[in-house]
Amino acid sequence: MTNVEEYQVMTGNHAAANACKGARVQVVAAYPITPQSPVVEKISFFIENGELNARMVRVESEQSALTACVAASATGVRVYTATSSHGLLLMYEILCWAAGNRLPIVMNIAMRSVGAPWSVWTDHQDAFTVRDTGWIQMFCEDNQEIYDTNLQAYRIAEDPSVYVPTFVNYDGYILSHTSMLVKLEPQKKIDEFLPPLKHHLNLGDMNVVMGVCPVTTPNIVKRAEGTAPGYYEFRYSLQRSIENSINKVKEVHDLFAEKFGRSYGNGIYKTYRAEDAEMYIFAVGSVASESRLAIDKLREKGVKIGLISLKLFRPFPTKYLRELFKDAKLIVVFDRDIGYGYEGILCYELKSALYQSINRPFIKGYIVGLGGRDVNAEDLINGVYRSIDLEKKNEYSEQTEFIGLKLDELDFLQKEVK
Amino acid sequence: MVDQKVHEIILASIQKPVVGEAGKTGSWSRFKPKIDLDKCTVVKMNKDVCHFCWLYCPEPIISRTIPPKINYEYCKGCGICAEVCPPKAIKMVEESEL
Repeated sequence: MTNVEEYQVMTGNHAAANACKGARVQVVAAYPITPQSPVVEKISFFIENGELNARMVRVESEQSALTACVAASATGVRVYTATSSHGLLLMYEILCWAAGNRLPIVMNIAMRSVGAPWSVWTDHQDAFTVRDTGWIQMFCEDNQEIYDTNLQAYRIAEDPSVYVPTFVNYDGYILSHTSMLVKLEPQKKIDEFLPPLKHHLNLGDMNVVMGVCPVTTPNIVKRAEGTAPGYYEFRYSLQRSIENSINKVKEVHDLFAEKFGRSYGNGIYKTYRAEDAEMYIFAVGSVASESRLAIDKLREKGVKIGLISLKLFRPFPTKYLRELFKDAKLIVVFDRDIGYGYEGILCYELKSALYQSINRPFIKGYIVGLGGRDVNAEDLINGVYRSIDLEKKNEYSEQTEFIGLKLDELDFLQKEVK
Repeated sequence: MVDQKVHEIILASIQKPVVGEAGKTGSWSRFKPKIDLDKCTVVKMNKDVCHFCWLYCPEPIISRTIPPKINYEYCKGCGICAEVCPPKAIKMVEESEL
């Protein structure tokens, strides 16, 4: 029986801020953007009333925010930032510098759509857009998961076999501004789980004079102090590190589960009613949450379907997914994002991962809920039924299909068509 | 085997300052600065004053000593010291005239 007194009611943003406090972050630099702003407000509050001993760096843009984080992290301290949408895109360049310098920064993305037209509501476009910058990327489905994943993220990012910055993503509004019960852990217990950062860089040490990121040539550099790797070697090392980090993600998740008694699938993906499933819904974040309702209703109708909610998106868990889907007949992917001119990003990532499988399942992708359009179970169910039909006929639709469009409600369009 | 550890060893690209990083750059130029010690303020006052040459040298290869000394092995001959010297004690001359 859960002891309700241990829980507090808080939004996803405040859960993220509380995780920062728990992780004893030392430097925070962030610029306010809807729907991320309350994270930073709450952290400021913690610093101001002495609950968190950290330095808040006030900046004039997101690019400066992450630049401040990069500089701070290079002095060997634990650093945090959060952003959304256009703020994240403004950070794009510095995301690459953070990863290239192997700085274990943790960032929350309160996911929001990207303009134009201007929208402040949720979809996953911003987070998926930055997938190739060299960060580890994880998705959350509820506020407790945001808190827990942030604590895990520091432990993963700061591991000496990893040293890679990490994103923890959650849907704007749907989680960021929705209050839920969250259990905050005692500081002593967190400290045991998350030891102080041991960084490979410490520019704060004035006894060691050095520069980070000199021009690094295509080939091995011969310097007076010895040979140094070329750009190619650094980038190979980054890729290796991110690939290998999958074991660490799992290990840290299991350690966390053991210590705090909460687990999220196997730390890589979560399943729902998937034990005897012949077909699956594959999704992340809010879409995965809504899919649970769809699956309950489909199961009532006798459809043997289960959910795979992907938690770890980078590194992409190819090996795990091949094993998981080895007997799957059909996978329906709901993307709250799109690779314009192609299809849903999650969908083509999955297709690519399963290409080498012996039994390749039929994969059907749909676009849902861009710019905060409601994703409801009925729409997802219709998508699943249509996919079952297409699978039977082995028919691929050439055009990307959008679920939940309301073109028939536009009266001017009806006149046009007539 | 080396490959297994690469990601734990090759991290951030760093560089530590060392003498002669780019080789003997003193061979780059034809003209070199020559200090006329009779005109040099530092020498005349026998004090740690002026030292504009030391302050402005971009390399830096002029010492903050009495008298200032130039390390010709790495002097690229830019001529800034000659330009900023208040009593015009530094002249750029052909290497053979040093």
